[in-house]
Amino acid sequence: MRHTLSVLVENQPGVLARVAGLFSGRGFNITSLTVGETEDASTSRMTIVVAGDDAILEQITKQLNKLVDTIKIYDFTGEAHLERELALIKVQAEVRCRSEITQLVEIFRAKIVDVSERSFTLEITGTADKVNAFIELLRPFGIRELIRTGTVAIAREKKKK
Amino acid sequence: MSQEITGAQIFVDSLLREGTDVIFGYPGGVLLPIFDALYASKLRVILPRHEQGAAHMADGYARATGRVGVCLATSGPGATNLVTGIATAYMDSIPMVALTGQVVSSMIGNDAFQEVDITGITRPITKHNFLIRNVKDIAATIQEAFYIAGTGRPGPVLVDIPKDVTTAACVPEYREKLEIRGYRPNLVPHPNQIKKAAAMIAEAKQPLIYAGGGVILANASKELKELAEKINAPVTLTLMGLGAFPGTHENFIGMLGMHGTRAANYAMQESDVVIAIGARFDDRVTGRVEHFASNARIIHIDVDPASISKVVSVDVPIVGDAKLALQALLKEVASRKCDEWSSRVREWQKKFPLGYSREGSGLKPQMVIETLYKVGGPDLFLATDVGQHQMWAAQFFPLERPRHWASSGGLGTMGYGFPAALGAQAGLPGKSVAVVSGDGSFQMNMQELATAVVNKLPVKVIILNNGYLGMVRQWQELFHGKRYSSTNIESSVDFVKLAEAFGATGISVKEQNQVEPAIKRAFATEGPVVMDFQVDREENVWPMVPAGAPIHEMIGELA
Ligand SMILES: Cc1ncc(C[n+]2csc(CCOP(=O)(O)OP(=O)(O)O)c2C)c(N)n1
Ligand SMILES: [Mg+2]
Repeated sequence: MRHTLSVLVENQPGVLARVAGLFSGRGFNITSLTVGETEDASTSRMTIVVAGDDAILEQITKQLNKLVDTIKIYDFTGEAHLERELALIKVQAEVRCRSEITQLVEIFRAKIVDVSERSFTLEITGTADKVNAFIELLRPFGIRELIRTGTVAIAREKKKK
Repeated sequence: MSQEITGAQIFVDSLLREGTDVIFGYPGGVLLPIFDALYASKLRVILPRHEQGAAHMADGYARATGRVGVCLATSGPGATNLVTGIATAYMDSIPMVALTGQVVSSMIGNDAFQEVDITGITRPITKHNFLIRNVKDIAATIQEAFYIAGTGRPGPVLVDIPKDVTTAACVPEYREKLEIRGYRPNLVPHPNQIKKAAAMIAEAKQPLIYAGGGVILANASKELKELAEKINAPVTLTLMGLGAFPGTHENFIGMLGMHGTRAANYAMQESDVVIAIGARFDDRVTGRVEHFASNARIIHIDVDPASISKVVSVDVPIVGDAKLALQALLKEVASRKCDEWSSRVREWQKKFPLGYSREGSGLKPQMVIETLYKVGGPDLFLATDVGQHQMWAAQFFPLERPRHWASSGGLGTMGYGFPAALGAQAGLPGKSVAVVSGDGSFQMNMQELATAVVNKLPVKVIILNNGYLGMVRQWQELFHGKRYSSTNIESSVDFVKLAEAFGATGISVKEQNQVEPAIKRAFATEGPVVMDFQVDREENVWPMVPAGAPIHEMIGELA
C-alpha cells in the first residue's frame, strides 16, 4: 500500500543523507522524496512516499523516529490531506499535433511554458495520479524529457463543527 | 569563568565534566593541540598500538563499568581504524563516545592529506554523529554526545573535530539542561501494557523468560531474578545477556539459539507465554523465524520501539526501561508455581546436559574453560573473542553476575576480546580479568600486548589453540565435505615467545594435568600472561542448530 509520510527534521547538513541511508541500508523502497525548509528555518520537512505493508510501514516509522534529527512524523494515509506534485514535460509537437496537445493541456489545467518549432514544454501540477494520467496521454506524441518533483503533502485544516 | 580558552582545552574539560577518568587514544597531526591539552590534564590516557584496539578498549570499559567509554583517533586512517570497533559497539548497544580529529575546516572536501568523511562513513553504525564547525559548539556537542550515547538504547556517538576548531578560543558555554527535541527516549512503561502483561502471565501454563543484554544495560538483574522467582518461570539468556541472571540458579536453563542448550530451545518452542526482556530476536537466536516460539504469545519489554515486532510479531509490546518495566510488572503479578512445566523443563535439562567427550589424552577446550571457572570463580571478569572458544566460554563458564562478560555478539568481531579485556581492566583496577581467545582471533589484535605491559593491565589470556579458524572449519566439516579451505593456521606462531617479546609472561600447556597449575600460576603472576592451550584440533561446538533450521532441530549427540 502507498503511504505518504511527512517528516519534520532538523535543518542540518547530513540529515538527507541519514534518511536516504536509512532507506537504502534497510532495504525500504522510496517512491519519492522531497525536502525543503519550513516556516521555521531551523527545520525542514520531507515528504516521503513509500510502498509497503503495515509491518514495513511500522518499521520505517520507528526507524525514522530513532534518528536524533527527526522531530516528528505524520503518516497522512487515511487522513484528510492535500497532495501535489509538479512535472515539466518536453513533448514533441509537430504542427499537426499541436491542437490536440493544447486540448489536453486545457483539460488537465496544465500550462504551456515554452514553445519551439518542434516541441512544447508543459507544466502540470496535481496529485501523482493526475500527473501520471497526463503523461500517459502525452506518450503517443513522443516525450523528449520529463522531470517530476515528487509529492509534497499538507494536512487539511480541521473544519469547525 | 569568563576567560577564553582554546577548543582543545574545552574538549578536555568537557570530558572531565562528564566524569571520564580514562580515554583510549592515539595521536596524529590534527590532534596535536588536543594531546597537548591532555598532557597537562589529570585524565588518564591509555595509548593502544592500533586504533581498533582503542575502540574495543572503550567498549570493554563501558561493559564492565556501565559508564560511557571514550576513544580518540586522528583524522583519516586513525578514524577508519576505529570503524570496526564502533560497529561492534553499535550492534551490541554499548555506550561509547568516539572522538576523531579532522583536517582544518577550510580544507574539508578537498581530499586533503589524511581527510576522510568519517561522519559519512559512520552514519549507519553510530546512534548519532556530529561534525563540530565552531569552537563555541564544542562544550554543548560533547554534552549531547555523552547524553545520547548513554541514555535510551545506548550506542556509540562519534564527534569529529577539525584542527582549527581546537586551536580557536572562546568562553565555553555548557548547557544546564539538555533538551534535544528529536531525542526523547521512552523510559516509563505504559501502565495498561504492564497490566495486560501481568494478566497474560497469570494465565500462562508454560511461561518462559527470554532475556538479553538490555537487562544488563538497564542494571535490572535484581528485578529479573525477583520476577523469575515470583512467577517460577525458567530463564534463558542470549549471548549478550549472560550474567543478567545467575548461571547456577535453579531456574536457569542456559543460553538459547544456535549453540544454546536443548532445554532452552525446546522450552522456547513449547512455551505458551514468552517474556522477552531487552532481547531483540536475533537470527542466531530464532533460527527459522516462522517456527520460532510458535505456540507462544509474546510479551516484549524493550527501550527501543523499533526492536519490537521487527522480527517476530509481539502480543504485548512494552516500551520502556527494563528496570522500570520489571519493577512495575513485579507489583502486578502474583506469586505462582508451574510445577508441571518446571519438571518438564528439568527433565530436558537432565536428559540433555551440555557435555563433551573426555576420552583420549588430548586437551579438551571445554575442560580448560571449566578449570578457568574453578580457579577464577564468579568474581572473574571474562571477555571472549569470536569462534568456537567463544561458544565454549558461553556454555561452560556459568556467569553469576552482570557486567562480568564482554563478547561481541551482534557483529561477531574477531580481535575484540583482548583489547576489550584491557578496557575492562582499565575501568576496574584490581579486578581479575581474563579473556578466552582463539589462535586466529588473538592474532588480530595481539599488538595490544604492548599496551597491557606498558600500562600494567594484568589481563590473563587463555588461547584455546586448535591450529584452525575453528568455527569456520566446523562448518566446512559439516556442510562442505571437510574441505578445509584457508582455515588451517597450524603452528604459525609461538605464543610463549610472542608474550616474552612484549615483556609479558607466556605459558604453554599440552597436558591435561597442567591445565589447573598453569591457570593458577597465571593468576599468581603480576603482569599480563598469555596461556597457549594446545587443544584437540577438531573438537566441535555442540549442540547446534544448522543455519535456517527451526531451533528445536538440533544436531550433536553429546549435548
Ligand atoms: C574480523 C572477522 N573476520 C572473520 C570472521 C569469521 N570467523 C568467525 S569465527 C572464525 C574463526 C575464529 O578462529 P579462532 O579465533 O582460532 O577461534 P576458534 O573458532 O578456532 O575457537 C572466523 C574466521 C569474523 N568473525 N571476524
Ligand atoms: Mg582456532
